[in-house]
Amino acid sequence: MNVGVVQFPGSNDERDAVWAVKHLGGEAELVWHGADSLGDVDAVILPGGFSYGDYLRCGAIARFAKVMPAVVEFARSGGPVLGICNGFQILCEAGLLPGALTRNQALKFVCRPQPIRVEKSISALVDAGEGEILVIPVKHGDGRYVPDARGLRHLEDSGQIVFRYSDLEGRSTEGSNPNGATDAIAGVCNEAGNVLGMMPHPEHAVDPTVGFHSGDGAAVIGALLKRAVRASIA
Amino acid sequence: MTVAQAAALGLTEDEYQRIVETLSREPTAAELAMYGAMWSEHCSYKSSKIYLKTLPTEGPRVVMGPGESAGIIDIGDGLVAVFKLESHNHPSFVEPVQGAATGVGGIVRDIISAGARPVALLDPLRFGMPDEWLQRHLVSGVVAGISQYGNSIGIPTIGGEVKFDPCYRGNPLVNVMCLGIGEAAHVQRARAEGTGNVALLMGSKTGRDGIGGVSVLASRPFDAEAEAKRPSVQVGDPFTEKVVIEACLEIARRGLLVGLQDLGGAGLCCATSETASRGMVGLDLDLDAVPLREAGMEPFEILTSESQERMLAIVRPEDVEQALEICRRWGVLATQVATVTTGGNLTVTFHGDVVADVPARSLADEGPTYHRPAARPEWIDELRARDPLTLEAPKDLGEALLELLGSPNICSKRWVYQQYDSIVQHNTLDGPGGDAAVLRIEGTPRALAISTDGNGRLCQLDPRLGAQLAVAEAARNVACSGARPVAITNCLNFGNPEHADVMWQFAEAVAGIGDACIALGTPVTGGNVSFYNQTGETQIHPTPVIGMVGILEDASKRVGIAWSAGHDVVLLGETRAELGGSEWAWVAHEHLGGTPPALDLAAEKRLIDLLAELAERGLIASAHDCSEGGLGVTLAECAIASAVGATIDPESGLAPHVWLFSESASRAVISAVSAGPVLEAAKAAGVPARVLGRTGGQRLTIEGLLDLGLEEIGQTYEGGLPSLLG
Repeated sequence: MNVGVVQFPGSNDERDAVWAVKHLGGEAELVWHGADSLGDVDAVILPGGFSYGDYLRCGAIARFAKVMPAVVEFARSGGPVLGICNGFQILCEAGLLPGALTRNQALKFVCRPQPIRVEKSISALVDAGEGEILVIPVKHGDGRYVPDARGLRHLEDSGQIVFRYSDLEGRSTEGSNPNGATDAIAGVCNEAGNVLGMMPHPEHAVDPTVGFHSGDGAAVIGALLKRAVRASIA
Repeated sequence: MTVAQAAALGLTEDEYQRIVETLSREPTAAELAMYGAMWSEHCSYKSSKIYLKTLPTEGPRVVMGPGESAGIIDIGDGLVAVFKLESHNHPSFVEPVQGAATGVGGIVRDIISAGARPVALLDPLRFGMPDEWLQRHLVSGVVAGISQYGNSIGIPTIGGEVKFDPCYRGNPLVNVMCLGIGEAAHVQRARAEGTGNVALLMGSKTGRDGIGGVSVLASRPFDAEAEAKRPSVQVGDPFTEKVVIEACLEIARRGLLVGLQDLGGAGLCCATSETASRGMVGLDLDLDAVPLREAGMEPFEILTSESQERMLAIVRPEDVEQALEICRRWGVLATQVATVTTGGNLTVTFHGDVVADVPARSLADEGPTYHRPAARPEWIDELRARDPLTLEAPKDLGEALLELLGSPNICSKRWVYQQYDSIVQHNTLDGPGGDAAVLRIEGTPRALAISTDGNGRLCQLDPRLGAQLAVAEAARNVACSGARPVAITNCLNFGNPEHADVMWQFAEAVAGIGDACIALGTPVTGGNVSFYNQTGETQIHPTPVIGMVGILEDASKRVGIAWSAGHDVVLLGETRAELGGSEWAWVAHEHLGGTPPALDLAAEKRLIDLLAELAERGLIASAHDCSEGGLGVTLAECAIASAVGATIDPESGLAPHVWLFSESASRAVISAVSAGPVLEAAKAAGVPARVLGRTGGQRLTIEGLLDLGLEEIGQTYEGGLPSLLG
């Protein structure tokens, strides 16, 4: 079982993702953005950062990276994919997830511990039950999720909303939404349920001694590892 | 070339004559520009170096002291910490976003020059009072610049300070500290060596941006034409910085480097002359090989351009191809621009002609040295005579404490640091908001504790004592986390050195830093001097900022500032009637006067050692330094951080407001399951200690003086900056 973490020029959290997977007992390696293939991997993480500087629209250039056709192919064939922050933006740009991430409503970068509520979704993308609250850091300037033309209703009906921003009691309020995302959406999956994109950084919440002192991100990274095991068996 | 042309470049007539004597001829236009840049105050330290020489720079852990790109200390297990603090004050006033952003970029490249991966940023900032639109604009812009640049290059910003005083109204201070961790075996030197070796210019193309940055912007006072200086500010490209970092570190890791230096102030001219001078060699520099952003650039422009995100790497001829291959992989432009020669001259060719041929040492090391007149100003006596103990006492101490907690210098800086990525690289044990930032050293049980401190008001009252207090507070902050302070870097922000009172302030402050560093055993590994922080007739308060680094042998033993319920609260150190330069005097009465708190450096050392010992022995649950706002603010901050209140028994003997708001040095508030062992250890260490009370409940009660609910305290503290800045 091996997780490939794609390294774009400008990626910042790729080493953190590798470390988080290893911290939870998995194997991980960096995959260079200029590679033709993903190599022997059972799951893929697109990490956080500012790929190619994100001077255009976040993720808009990364989707054309040489390795991306292989990522798309891996996702289309049902392989487990997790896009975190910039990775989420890239997945949206690449058409693997619906919607877009736009500039934070307050026009400022925000880095803080963030409670998110696990929603009822179509797939076992997280080792936590519906309604559970996880505290996972956010750190982004462009994290305001806006659904695509098919709309919020469709996402809801098809069980693609995986996380919503909330307070520690699970209520979504103005103050608990760090970026003004539509309906407080923090993470969504594709219709097949194998591709997850989220703005919060689970890789920064696997060891409570560091960062914002939460271990709740293990519920996401751990679930990815389980999905990877299933994928490798299949 | 004429003296008038030299003057336009910031050179004096004497300096011009000195160039003529050095060369035994008139300089060319390019040469004159090179001397103008390299002999600027910013690059040459010509007014400060006679004082800086007196600082203690040696210690058991010091691997490299001042003189190269950054200071280096041994942190065990074959690892080193590389760190430096630098200013980007003038550019940030002219253009706050880009000025601050490129300040981050510059200091980061200093750390890479030593072959270390940058792992932390800290930003000590000073602004005028935020009730003015311009100041709010500057704060927002500077914070946005740091946020955009630092976040984009994946280096956590884990600390710093934000302070406000009218003296910074026309001259904000933007200081940036970067710390890197590297392998001792791969430490790079910023020097050229080995005849025939090749200098590669890596990173951005060279443009017309930033020409004259060191001489026009950094080495002159501000005047009404500041707006016209905007073209002297560079524009940052964090993406290029990021890939340059990765490419440089990979080249270093593969052992391909002879030397590495960043291009900062005075650009290519500085990087080539300094590396050559340090290596006692010459360089043949071919300007036609330098990739340019625009056609038609003159040699002097190419030489002194301060275009960002550039590095100069010295490699052996046989390693050039490998180094270029790494650069290609990262998409970093790299070009051979110079060859190492014997003889010591920097020889510059352009379109086949030699446009400059000067001894590298004469640019980098043999510039003028000034013993500028220094005199104790008369105004200082009047200032010191204004005794704050005569100020009217507050009628309601609870109200007075709340007023302090919501005031710009004391209130929570969350509005600022929430815009910084403080957790990337997954080593942040304690980020912004506490006494010191604490960073795990991956792969070891150890951690580094880092704090930046400086109090301009105290230095205005007494620059020597104020500077000592800055070193002491930085060391105390580091010790409060449980670490032992090891070494400092500094950024010395002062007014115009051509004024005798400023020069006196500078001399006194440097002496104070030296005294304190010797007493506390924390040598100076480097630093930066920023003069000409003056607008019109207003000089800033002398503001030496200290960046202290300490080592925690066992990261799991570290302590924070937060209380737990049911613990004893103990004050270590003594509270005296000392309100000179205090935050209370300023907030309540807009008063600045008197003398700063007295400092017994031996007592401070005892306290610092005791704090580290208490943490190591696991005897304390929290520790918080007592500084601005005094005991009242310290207690409130502990309560806010933990959402746990306390009942405190006040000390008699001092007027209540003096006891509450005095800023006596060498004090810390600790909490412990039981005070007994702490009092014993304090007694053995010779540190005064007194039980203040006990934690618990949801109120901060100081018997007979004040009784405040935590919610009110917390909202006031957190609401301060958002209400000021929006």
